[in-house]
Amino acid sequence: MSKSAQRASTVDRPESFQLKGGLFPMTLLELKSTDLAAIKLELMEKVTQSPNFFQRSPLVFGVEQLTEAQQESLDLLGLCTLCRELTLLPTAVRGANARLLNECAKLSLAILPRSRGKQSELTTETPPAATETTEPVEVTKTTTASAPTRIITTPIRSGQQIYARGGDLIVMASVSAGAEVLADGNIHIYGALRGRALAGVQGDENARIFCSSQEAELVAVAGQFMVDEVLRTNHWKDAVQIYLAGGRIQITPLPKHN
Amino acid sequence: MAKIIVVTSGKGGVGKTTTSSAISTGLALRGHKTAVIDFDIGLRNLDLVMNCERRVVYDFVNVINGDATLKQALIKDKRCENLFILPASQTRDKDALTKEGVEQVLNELKEMGFEYIICDSPAGIEHGAFIALYYADEAVVVANPEVSSVRDSDRILGILQSKSRKAEQGENVVEHLLITRYDPERVARGEMLGVADVEEILATKLLGVIPECQSVLKASNQGVPVIHDTESRAGKAYADAVARLTGEQVEHRFLTPEHKSLFKRLFRRSA
Repeated sequence: MSKSAQRASTVDRPESFQLKGGLFPMTLLELKSTDLAAIKLELMEKVTQSPNFFQRSPLVFGVEQLTEAQQESLDLLGLCTLCRELTLLPTAVRGANARLLNECAKLSLAILPRSRGKQSELTTETPPAATETTEPVEVTKTTTASAPTRIITTPIRSGQQIYARGGDLIVMASVSAGAEVLADGNIHIYGALRGRALAGVQGDENARIFCSSQEAELVAVAGQFMVDEVLRTNHWKDAVQIYLAGGRIQITPLPKHN
Repeated sequence: MAKIIVVTSGKGGVGKTTTSSAISTGLALRGHKTAVIDFDIGLRNLDLVMNCERRVVYDFVNVINGDATLKQALIKDKRCENLFILPASQTRDKDALTKEGVEQVLNELKEMGFEYIICDSPAGIEHGAFIALYYADEAVVVANPEVSSVRDSDRILGILQSKSRKAEQGENVVEHLLITRYDPERVARGEMLGVADVEEILATKLLGVIPECQSVLKASNQGVPVIHDTESRAGKAYADAVARLTGEQVEHRFLTPEHKSLFKRLFRRSA
């Protein structure tokens, strides 16, 4: 074989390593402020809540929720230092602007492209913060909801799947175990929810699920979901509303009046 | 006007054939001309339970294929002059049943003056069960008070509501729930689902509750539908259920643990 051909073949099939694509779960820290003192305090609280989860976890900083001004003023070095003190390992920054790209290069952090629309990010395993007070959830105007509300009066049986496209769904009976109800908008169940309910399936994070008795197998809003094991500890068999707050599923009892 | 009633369940072994034979016999004993059809092609057992397995010459598939007339295939019950049985084929399988063929047979039965046509469905949700329920006006959904049976019955109810011919025409199949193998003592101990639990999950009107009873096995072995055993609890419960099916209001019995007198406890085992 000629020398050049020989060299080419070793480059094609390296002997000291193998290059492959891989998918690895990483914790995303989506920044909402540049106040490092506040971040440090709140992060320490989260770490003490679930220490094992945070030990030496690779971290990705998301900066897409920061304003342009905030991205300009973000002290990336300071942020990395405080994270490392808590044994979190900054690995990459997602959605950085020109200035932050520069900073990343200086700090040897990887650069990840902006998030593509509503990719479902799994909720973290940290137990839901026990907040009894209802957090004020911003209700922004929804841009979809082009179809009239679909109303179903008979029980949804095991194996059936109902999808209310472009609007809300109202079920005036129970949803059996093994059945699925989906809607682009809200889902109201005037009965027991024993199956699965997925609201806001096209990405509407303001969608909610209401039911008279929460006995669900799975609930999801805009891709964030909560499964049976967690649901059983969360107002099981109560009349509840289920919604997203802070990117996580919250379940709160419906107001009772006698 | 003839009523087509399908006896179905989803789950196997819960008592469909027992129920089909009991209900069809009960209706015939009340004076209604009744036909009971075995839709379980290849695994037929209605003829065994009704003691006519040795009189099967032509079967359901023969009639559909035109090898025999309906009159030749129908077997008259020995105990009950109003009752006729259309057995299934043992050598073919469920694909031999076609929608058109079944419709023709059902229409011919109506023309012959039958008031009730009971369709004994096979287990499952595939072609055989689907064909059995397709033309039904009413359905008796049989369930044991046990989680998998209830879940499967829920599934078959969904299929009845969406895939039957009535559903296609925008109407409803009248649904009845029949709970079989009910043991009130076990329910009281919390080991078994109670009537209220099953009713809540299935949200269907209760036709009857048949208690767990040793007479059922005896009846099946002898080829005598259990409703003929008027002493047994199961026989009595089936008679009540048939009465309710024809529109009578009958109180539900055998729902609570039997109060055993000392005499009974000394001299008799629980039935």
